[in-house]
Amino acid sequence: MKFTKEHEWLRVEGDLVVVGITEHAAEQLGDVVFVELPEVETQVSEGDEVCVIESVKAASDILAPLDGEIVAVNDVLTDNPALVNEDALGAAWFFKMKIDDLSALDAFMDEDEYKEFIG
Amino acid sequence: MTDLRRTCLYGLHQELGARLVPFAVYEMPVQYPMGVLNEHLHTRSKAGLFDVSHMGQVILRPRRDMASLAAAFEAMMPVDVAGLPVGRQRYGLFTNDQGGILDDLMFANWGEELFVVVNAACKEADTARMADALSDVAEVLAVTDRALLALQGPRAEAALASIAPAVTAMRFMDVITSDSAYGALWISRSGYSGEDGFEVSVAEAQAEPFARALLALPGVAPIGLGARDSLRLEAGLCLYGHDIDTGTSPVEAGLTWAIQKSRRSAGGFPGAARILRELAEGPARLRVGLRPEGRAPMREGTPLFAAEDAADQIGAVTSGGFGPSLNAPLAMAYVPTALATTGTRLWAEVRGKRLPALIAPMPFHPTTYRK
Repeated sequence: MKFTKEHEWLRVEGDLVVVGITEHAAEQLGDVVFVELPEVETQVSEGDEVCVIESVKAASDILAPLDGEIVAVNDVLTDNPALVNEDALGAAWFFKMKIDDLSALDAFMDEDEYKEFIG
Repeated sequence: MTDLRRTCLYGLHQELGARLVPFAVYEMPVQYPMGVLNEHLHTRSKAGLFDVSHMGQVILRPRRDMASLAAAFEAMMPVDVAGLPVGRQRYGLFTNDQGGILDDLMFANWGEELFVVVNAACKEADTARMADALSDVAEVLAVTDRALLALQGPRAEAALASIAPAVTAMRFMDVITSDSAYGALWISRSGYSGEDGFEVSVAEAQAEPFARALLALPGVAPIGLGARDSLRLEAGLCLYGHDIDTGTSPVEAGLTWAIQKSRRSAGGFPGAARILRELAEGPARLRVGLRPEGRAPMREGTPLFAAEDAADQIGAVTSGGFGPSLNAPLAMAYVPTALATTGTRLWAEVRGKRLPALIAPMPFHPTTYRK
């Protein structure tokens, strides 16, 4: 599993990248009450705002970590946004994307580096 | 961050694991480990303890008599002070010459004095304003050595009665002083959550043992400002600086219930021309409740439109978020009076999309005041 500075986790699944947010991010957000997911088959560029997460307190975004195509979204989160707080690293994945070159993931932090990053 | 002020319960908040954030020049607990959602639900089902010591407590001590103080205080706001019985508290609003709201407040008649509680962000200005307007008739004494705690929810009465048994006889908006193991407590049966409950002023030296004693009682948990905001929003209560400010009149804000009959004819308060005209003719716009039809919260500042494709904005959200007891998003907004009818569908622009919301009655969640 790899981690971004925007507190997303990235996991390779076959030729796809699964994207979610870290437990640290979920804890900082507080109770998630609304999730807006992107459309499948959307082409996205690195840094695009692709998901909206709203907690009781505030709204925030998930950014596309890389250029690619959204090929699947986790509709369960629309009906059960609290899953983000319950299982951020597992069941509460947000979307799967297809990217040109999986080796681009090497540039992101590993778990130890991320732990150091969040102090 | 270094010049933020702390209440005398700061150490206790830290010990309880609070997340502390800047709020009105104070460093205040926004939530505890329970989290905003569960803190909100806990207050509605059991009892929540809030540190509201950042708010301003002021005593007005008459120089001659209560009647002259009441008359001078009435000259600051469109509210009946003279008719407030001893032992009772009332909601008030300082207005300016344009009829805008300078602050909202609670004031209580202690028989020999008035006791006033004002918003944290306005307390210096309010104290100066009262000192200026009331100097001939009263001493204006800012209370700086007492904490203020709110205990709200269905178990609040039983919890506080174990320390101050007299509270069981109180009705909504009654005030008493009660001797206790924590010194003199200044108690009102009120709050800002929509629940039955109390606000208690206690000497700073006794505040932490008092808070610990309450937290040790069954059902009492510490609650942060995050849940305080969602509770008051569900109760349809205004937050100063958001839902009301110098740009809104009490009539526009739907606070005409706070303007008693005795103040509706003669004027004699700042902004009377506008406020009396709006009472007679109706205001151009009104504060309303909004229930988004979808799940997306509509936050403060969200623009509103009369139709999905309308070009002109007709209003804006002033407070909005998610109501844990409703399990749905909710908001307050100002809209033209002609559109301010329950059931009217408006369109809110959220992240570039127009989303429908219905005008809804307030409170959104039924209040449980002990009337």
